[in-house]
Amino acid sequence: MSEVLLEVDHLKKYFPITGGVFQRRVGDVKAVDDVSFTINKGESFGLVGESGCGKSTIGRTILRLLEKTEGKVIFNGQDIHKLSKEQMRGMRTKMQIVFQDPFSSLNPRIKVGEAIGEALLDHGLVRRKELKARVIETLQICGLADYHYDRYPHEFSGGQRQRIGIARALIMNPEFIVADEPVSALDVSIQAQIINLLSDLQRDKQLTYLFISHDLSVVEHLCDRIGVMYLGSMVEMASKDELFRNPLHPYTKALLSAIPVPDPTLKRERIVLKGDIPSPANPPSGCKFHTRCPLASDICKQEIPEYRNVGDNHFVACHFA
Amino acid sequence: MSLEAAPLDMKTQVPAKQPDSPWRIAIRRFTRNRLAVIGLLILVVMVLFCVVGPWFSPYDLLEYDVKNKKNLAPNAEHWLGTDKLGRDTLLRLMLAGRISLLVGLVATAISILIGATLGALAGFYRRFADTIIMRIADVFMALPTLPILIIMGAILSDLKVEPKHRVYFLMLILGVLGWTTIARLVRGQILTLREQEFMQATEALGLRDRRKIFRHLMPNTIPIIIVTATLGVAGAIIAESALSFLGIGVVPPTPSWGNMITSANSLIDFRRRPWLWIPPGMCILITVVAINLIGDGLRDALDPKMKK
Repeated sequence: MSEVLLEVDHLKKYFPITGGVFQRRVGDVKAVDDVSFTINKGESFGLVGESGCGKSTIGRTILRLLEKTEGKVIFNGQDIHKLSKEQMRGMRTKMQIVFQDPFSSLNPRIKVGEAIGEALLDHGLVRRKELKARVIETLQICGLADYHYDRYPHEFSGGQRQRIGIARALIMNPEFIVADEPVSALDVSIQAQIINLLSDLQRDKQLTYLFISHDLSVVEHLCDRIGVMYLGSMVEMASKDELFRNPLHPYTKALLSAIPVPDPTLKRERIVLKGDIPSPANPPSGCKFHTRCPLASDICKQEIPEYRNVGDNHFVACHFA
Repeated sequence: MSLEAAPLDMKTQVPAKQPDSPWRIAIRRFTRNRLAVIGLLILVVMVLFCVVGPWFSPYDLLEYDVKNKKNLAPNAEHWLGTDKLGRDTLLRLMLAGRISLLVGLVATAISILIGATLGALAGFYRRFADTIIMRIADVFMALPTLPILIIMGAILSDLKVEPKHRVYFLMLILGVLGWTTIARLVRGQILTLREQEFMQATEALGLRDRRKIFRHLMPNTIPIIIVTATLGVAGAIIAESALSFLGIGVVPPTPSWGNMITSANSLIDFRRRPWLWIPPGMCILITVVAINLIGDGLRDALDPKMKK
C-alpha cells in the first residue's frame, strides 16, 4: 500500500449554540462527529453526502480554517492542529483549497494577477521580477490567457472564476488540495471542463485531492476512494468500484439509486428516503439514520452501529451490513 | 458568399480597452447622477471662490477704515458692502470660506484616521480588542457634544490661545469627537467581509495579517468611508459655524462663516445691514447642500447592491 499523506483521526467539530442573556452554551451542533479516514499520496478521496452533513466542515477543519473540537489531523506526519501560527503559515503552502462559490471566493477589488500571485510573494517563494511570469504560466496551465492578468474578477464567467480559484491554489505547488464542491455552482457543460482540468492537474503534478461533493456521478469520475457521510458521521467508505458495485449501507444504496441514468426506458428500483435530515444539534439515538432508514428496527434506535471493516478495506456502519 | 468563422480560440482575441476596475464603474455611475454632478460643480465653484477669489480682491484683510467706510451698503467698489470697521465683506467672506472648508476637511480627516484604524482593528481581531475599542466608542458617543465643545472653547479662551491657533485646536477637537461613527461602520463592514469566502481563501493561502487588512479588507471599506467622510465634512462645517456663531469656535479677527453671522445678533445689523449676515449664511447653506448631494451620489455610485 502506498504512503499515507493525510490521516484524520476521530475528528470532531462542534459549533456551540449559545442562548439566554449571558450567551451561555446551551448545546452543540455536531457538524463533524468522530470521523476517521486516511488519504494516500496521489489519491483522490471523494466525500459525499447531503447538504449539511458536515462535508465542508471536515475540509475546513483539515486545513485549520476552523479549529477542531477533538481528534487529530495528521498531514505528512505532523499534527496540523498543534502547529504554532507561524508553522501553520508555512504549512499552508503544502495544502490548498478550491472553494465552492466562484463569486464570493475572489475579492472584487483585486486584479486576477495579484490575487493569484500575492501568496507567493507573501511567503517569499518568488522574486518580484519573476512573479508575473509565474502567474501567467499558471494562468495558462489552468486554461486562461495571459491578458487576463490585469482583469478584475467581475469580468469573468463562473467557470473562468473557478479556473482562477484553481490557479490561486495551484501556484503554491501544493501536495494536497481540498476541492470543496468546486463544480456544484457551475453549469453542467462547464462542470465537465473543470473536472477534466482537475484530473489533468492531478496527473501532471501528482496532486492528492480531497474532493467534496454531493454529486455521486462527479465523484465517480474523479475519485479512487469514496466516503459517504450522514449527519456528521461516516457511514460507509470503500474504493470507488467496490462502493458502486456493492453498496452495503442503506443510505449509500439510496444515494446511488438517485443517480440519473440517461435511458428513459430503463426501469429501476428507486429508494426514496422519507422525511428530512434531522438536526445535527440533536441527532437521533442509536444509528443516526434510523429515522429515515427503510430497514430500521429496534436495535437501530438503541445501539450505535460499529464502523467496521467488512473486508477489502470496505468500511460500513450498519447493523445489517 | 461565405461566412468567415469567428475566432474561437481565446488567445487570438486581443484584449479590449483598459480593465474595467470597480472604481471606473463607480465614476461612471456617479457622472450619470445629475444632482450629484450639480453638487460637485457647486462645490468646485465654492472652493475656487474661497481659494482663488481673494487674489483678485483689491483689499486686504487687515485693512480697515472706520472713519470713511463704516457700514457701507453694497456698491460698485464693495460688492457686498463693508462692516462696522470698514472691512470689505466679500473679501472676508472668501477668507472665511477657506477657514470653514479647511476646518471641515481636517476635522473629518482626523475622524477617519482614528475611526477607520480603530474600527478595522476591532473588526479584524475581535474579542479583546473589539470590546475595548467599542466600549471607548460608546463612552465617546455618550458624551454630550455641545457642552464639551463649549467647555473646550472656554478653556481655549481662558488659556488665551491666539485666534490664529484656535482654528487648529478646533479641528482637533471636532475630529477627535467625531471618530465613533466611522469606527462603527468600518468595524461592521469588516465583520461582514471577514466571513466571506475570499477572506477564508487568504487564510488558506497563509497571507500575513498586514496584507489581509490593508490589501483585502480596507479597499472594500473605502466606499463606506468616502460616503461617511463626505457627509462628515458637511457636519463639521455646520458644527464649526455653530461654535463660531456662539463665539467659542473661530474667533475674530480670523473670519469664518459662523462668526460672520454673529452680526445678526445685533438688532440694527439684522434689520438694516443684511449684507453682513445673508452672504455667509447662504455660503454655509449652499456648501452643505452641495456636499450632501455629492455624498448621496457617491453612496449610490459605490454601493454595488444599488446597480441600475
